[in-house]
Amino acid sequence: MSQGLSTATRSDTARAIAAGRKPRRWGAWYVALHRFRVMKSYTGTVVVAGIGSPLVYLYALGVGLATIVDANLGDQAVGGVSYLVFVAPALLASAAITVASEEFTYPIMLGYKWNPTFTGMSASPLRPTQIVDGVVISVAIRMAVNLVLFLALIIVFGAAPSPIAFLMVVAGLLGGLAFGAVLMAYTSTLEEDTGQLAMVMRFVVLPMTLFSGTFFPLSIFPVWLQWIGWISPLWHSTELARVFSYGYAEPIWLTVVHVAYLAALIAIGWVWARRIAVRRLGR
Amino acid sequence: MSEPVIAARDLVKRYGDFAAVDGLSFEVAPGESFGLLGPNGAGKSTTMRMVGAVSTRTAGELSILGLDPDAFGPEIRSQLGVVPQSDNLDTELRVRENLLVYGRYFGLPGKLVAERADELLAFAQLEEKGKAKVDSLSGGMKRRLTIARALINDPRVLLLDEPTTGLDPQARHILWDRLFRLKEQGTTLLLTTHYMDEAEQLCDRLVVVDKGAIMAEGTPAELIRRYSSREVLEVRFGSDRNSDVAGRLTGIGDRMEVLPDRILVYSDDGEAELVRITEAGLHPITSLVRRSSLEDVFLRLTGRSLIE
Repeated sequence: MSQGLSTATRSDTARAIAAGRKPRRWGAWYVALHRFRVMKSYTGTVVVAGIGSPLVYLYALGVGLATIVDANLGDQAVGGVSYLVFVAPALLASAAITVASEEFTYPIMLGYKWNPTFTGMSASPLRPTQIVDGVVISVAIRMAVNLVLFLALIIVFGAAPSPIAFLMVVAGLLGGLAFGAVLMAYTSTLEEDTGQLAMVMRFVVLPMTLFSGTFFPLSIFPVWLQWIGWISPLWHSTELARVFSYGYAEPIWLTVVHVAYLAALIAIGWVWARRIAVRRLGR
Repeated sequence: MSEPVIAARDLVKRYGDFAAVDGLSFEVAPGESFGLLGPNGAGKSTTMRMVGAVSTRTAGELSILGLDPDAFGPEIRSQLGVVPQSDNLDTELRVRENLLVYGRYFGLPGKLVAERADELLAFAQLEEKGKAKVDSLSGGMKRRLTIARALINDPRVLLLDEPTTGLDPQARHILWDRLFRLKEQGTTLLLTTHYMDEAEQLCDRLVVVDKGAIMAEGTPAELIRRYSSREVLEVRFGSDRNSDVAGRLTGIGDRMEVLPDRILVYSDDGEAELVRITEAGLHPITSLVRRSSLEDVFLRLTGRSLIE
């Protein structure tokens, strides 16, 4: 290819090859750094969501509602633990879903369309797949921060008896990213938002939160409704978090299924989102 | 002659059955300022995205800095500065931050990027605006910031897609001045435009593109010489009379174009043709003699005017 090229062009070629090395290796992190800079502009929201909403939820449900539940059912109200201990892991897992539904919807529409920063990035050495990876990395880190704060508050409330309760953060991350990766891929397919994202919030996120064994065990439902839980990433991450938080007893194979299912969703959503990015930015 | 920085041969881009670019071939030499001139929808932007190693070609050969964009996208893009048709500045970040963040995408050290950002803000006459929000900038300022951002990696080649579309005359002249300086410094420029005056100001050489194919190629002066006359006489007889009158003007000028609102008479001496018209007893409402421009070249080549 470079045969017959003049020295001037050959040195340009060499310069290009050298300059491509770092972006090829670190591109996804450059994108993540961009996302962090943008997130800085809504640090307030992140902190309020990170500390305020766990406080409100833990107090309202884990203390308020729990008073009635425990008064009626005793302090081993649900599956042998108090209602606060039962509901706390589920609230943590839901918090990850909330972060996912914030970060994998409008910022994605923004990047592709409303303020096409992804188009700008794709004109730089960054590759479309790295843009997707960078977004996932940045959201995962933000989510982890939120979950650690949540965990700290649960411990303050005295609602995490197990010594391995800190692993709830991992359960939350798996659930949040599983839902988030698929949501990101879906959002990436939208050429325009004519209300689809609001529909997702109303008809996917909300029912999922209510029907994933969050506030009461899935087994209360008739079997023909329980499938909602089985396909819900939130149910899997909630159950996993309960195992870590208070040693909730379930067969070991089920715990493996939780992890495998969530990991599979992450992989599918992530690969799908990457493929859409390659197609959409390379038109 | 040195090797081309950009070499395209039989370049094709198809979307389904539609060929947006249909067999373009051209070469751009180092330091040259090369223009793609054509109306909207001619395939200029698509060509720019292929040269920018973003859009993949359907067929043909393409080499930028001696590399194939299919295999060396990141490497090629590391040496390009891209000014897209519509600004895609990051409105969530401040003016200077836009430069800092973009510089990082190239893997450049933060300190170097910060230095360049300040130099480029000065170059773009935006020193005062570093902390401003992007949305508070005027159209011309946004365009200059986009150009500054495209220069953050000290590119070998600058791709400019319709750099001054939508700007007022003063903003255009400031921008042309900045681009002219880059050209003087030896930056290779590839630009698309549908403005003739812009092409004449900035391009050493250009191709006229229509419907995805090249109609003609040369320097602005060559193209005018080849496809037009030295001068053009524009006469208006009123919208409903132009075509009637045109029939009685046989033998006047080298050639004539009848447009809905006026008649163009091509000749080396416009004043003399005007005298002949009045001597024939015809009295235009207005008349104007001007030098031929690329607009006339385009009209000649395609039978259509550029801005519709």
